[in-house]
Amino acid sequence: MKPHLSRRGLLGLGVGAGGAVLLGACGDDGPNPVVGGGQNAQPAATNYTGPNVALTFWNGFTGGDGPVMKALVDRFNSENPNIKVTMNVYEWADYYQKVPAAVSTGNGPDLGIMHVEQVATNAARGVVLPLDDVAASLQLKEDDFSPPVWRAGVYNNKRYAIPLDVHPLGMFYNKSVLEKAGLDPDNPPKTKDDYMKALDALKSKGVQGHWATPFPFTGTMQFESLTWQFGGQLFDEQASKPLFAEAPGVQALTWLTDLVKNGYSPKNVAQDADLIALQNGKAAFNWNGIWTINTLKGVKGLTWGVSALPTIGSQPAAWAGSHNFVQFKQRTPDANKLQAGKVFINFISKNSIEWAKGGQVPARKEIREGAEFKGLTEQAAIGSQIDNLHFPPSVPGIPDAMATIDTAINEAILLRKEPGKALADAAAKASQILEQNRKKYGG
Amino acid sequence: MVDVLAEATTSTSAPVAAAPRRGPGLTPYLFLAPYALLFLTFTLAPAAYGLWISLHDWDYLLPGKPFVGLDNYKALFSSTSPVFDFFWQSMQATGVFTVFSVPLLVAVPLGIALILNRSFKGRTVFRAVYFAPYVLGVAVIGVLWRFLLDPNLGAVNALLGAIGLPDSTAWTTGLPWAWVSLVGVTVWWTLGFNAVIYIAGLQDIPRELYDAAKVDGAGRWAEFRHVTLPGLRPVLLFVVINTILASSNMFGQAYLITQGAPGVETRTAIMYIAEEGLRSYRMGSAAAMSYLLTLALLLISMVTFRLFRTKD
Repeated sequence: MKPHLSRRGLLGLGVGAGGAVLLGACGDDGPNPVVGGGQNAQPAATNYTGPNVALTFWNGFTGGDGPVMKALVDRFNSENPNIKVTMNVYEWADYYQKVPAAVSTGNGPDLGIMHVEQVATNAARGVVLPLDDVAASLQLKEDDFSPPVWRAGVYNNKRYAIPLDVHPLGMFYNKSVLEKAGLDPDNPPKTKDDYMKALDALKSKGVQGHWATPFPFTGTMQFESLTWQFGGQLFDEQASKPLFAEAPGVQALTWLTDLVKNGYSPKNVAQDADLIALQNGKAAFNWNGIWTINTLKGVKGLTWGVSALPTIGSQPAAWAGSHNFVQFKQRTPDANKLQAGKVFINFISKNSIEWAKGGQVPARKEIREGAEFKGLTEQAAIGSQIDNLHFPPSVPGIPDAMATIDTAINEAILLRKEPGKALADAAAKASQILEQNRKKYGG
Repeated sequence: MVDVLAEATTSTSAPVAAAPRRGPGLTPYLFLAPYALLFLTFTLAPAAYGLWISLHDWDYLLPGKPFVGLDNYKALFSSTSPVFDFFWQSMQATGVFTVFSVPLLVAVPLGIALILNRSFKGRTVFRAVYFAPYVLGVAVIGVLWRFLLDPNLGAVNALLGAIGLPDSTAWTTGLPWAWVSLVGVTVWWTLGFNAVIYIAGLQDIPRELYDAAKVDGAGRWAEFRHVTLPGLRPVLLFVVINTILASSNMFGQAYLITQGAPGVETRTAIMYIAEEGLRSYRMGSAAAMSYLLTLALLLISMVTFRLFRTKD
């Protein structure tokens, strides 16, 4: 559920992180670069009949999603007696550092999950294998998924990831707070005008309706959603230059910053305070990730709802992350294991309605459009945005450049810099990082 | 290790059992060996390897790790490089934190140690109370204080408001408050450690010196200046150096409580180095930064040693 590595990102490294230099000492020259289709050039079979194999599957599902995945893995194991999948869970931040290191020493897992913006970096660094054959043999194509989700897993014309889910931003609202301000708790605002009217009504009752948070969770996600709503982009398709400091981005950040300036939001909102305020009835709205569904379900006595984000700009759009299946490069490729892994990926993907119950939107269209998913009211409400979701360009090192946005959002919402200036400064930094990355990854 | 030692003593001393001691021989080196081995393997060798890495554009997974000479170092001193602003900003953050936390962490525990060294009822309880926070991990104190210090929802502002003081201080998101919080939390968290060292040091000062001072008519202050402080000098040196080094390595508190905010003002050097090396996989650049930080700390430590020596 972590889009960038910012939040709690490096925590797992512990206090000894000064030993950044030490990490380099743990591998030799790493795996070979990815060349051609390699070991995955042939279409894969859709079932596995070979000798018994054991697969390791790593992911970062540390929250309420962990047990759901574990249950799916158990079911797979019982239905496929010749494959034994063992699941290991790490904090995402740990995971993204552990996996490349493990792969480089030949101790990497067979299978894993990656957030969509991490795929290109790991493909370029030779950590993950191309999966075109999986898509081909399982007859997966763009139509089975949503185009932005499906395309996001491609780097250098090769597919490296099979999408499992998307987790977009939605608008959570506190029904009792809306009622108190004389607003319809079952009909949350959908347009800019309605939203501003609602905020005014709340303000007149002494409620700061939308707490603008300066932190990546979820300030940056809100900024990104709004930039797309105003018709902007974060980067151009090749990520040759940042575009987030252009007019739409400035409009987006100005709108957020004005919430604070005009008293619709308190100043100096801290990490997660926006969500806590919603639960405490101090705020009416919180644009947060779909994972918040399970958090709020656990709060006793809270009456809440969730809908698609209101359209503040000229078109609907929302930030989303996406969990994707990947296969990791091994020192000595084992055809049986690779094939068994593909059978596993297909199984989980086909059964992702179970996964949706853990608080996600399945990437597979047939499941998303099935009656069972529609029955998951909250998930379905957020999932309705599927065609308006955006992902960063599939370019290695893009998370490094995106981290500069976090700083700009922080400075602007804390009212330390004007939005335009904060974004321009960040964009200057981002251009340098993009150039550095091009040099490094040969883009 | 016992076996090794037994063997060592027999092999060096048995043939010459009749002779009296004949110099140190192998024994001290054998005692040193386990430590030296660990030091070489896990400190010296990686440090040398790090120096090598810092001369390259190093990503451990990419096949090409081009040699770039001193480029990584030059970038740190060239105002147009992508790392320049961020690196020096982070060094400044580390500097600010060190300058404000070290004097407090040297002085406050000393005061507490002086009090806790006297005999009074419940002394052990107080010693435990002051030491207790030190036992907690940085994750625990970080999350704890992030909630307590939340500017809009936290207990600290609520309490201040309840007694009529300003209740909207941006403890974690504004300046200078973020620094006040980070220094305050760190002092609360770690003062017990220094206090314990001081107490041990205080108990090593011979009672006779105090008696002699009394005979000479010294008051409390004179006693402290002429007996306690000189008696504590080696301990004080240890505490000062140790605290400087610990403060310069601050990472977890800022990471958890302020996340480097506002902007990147409280992002410390270690935090930035970790991001550069482990998140952006620019190990060469991160290694160069580590060496610059190390150099700065070496210089500061040497100056501190000097200062303590000239007092002799």
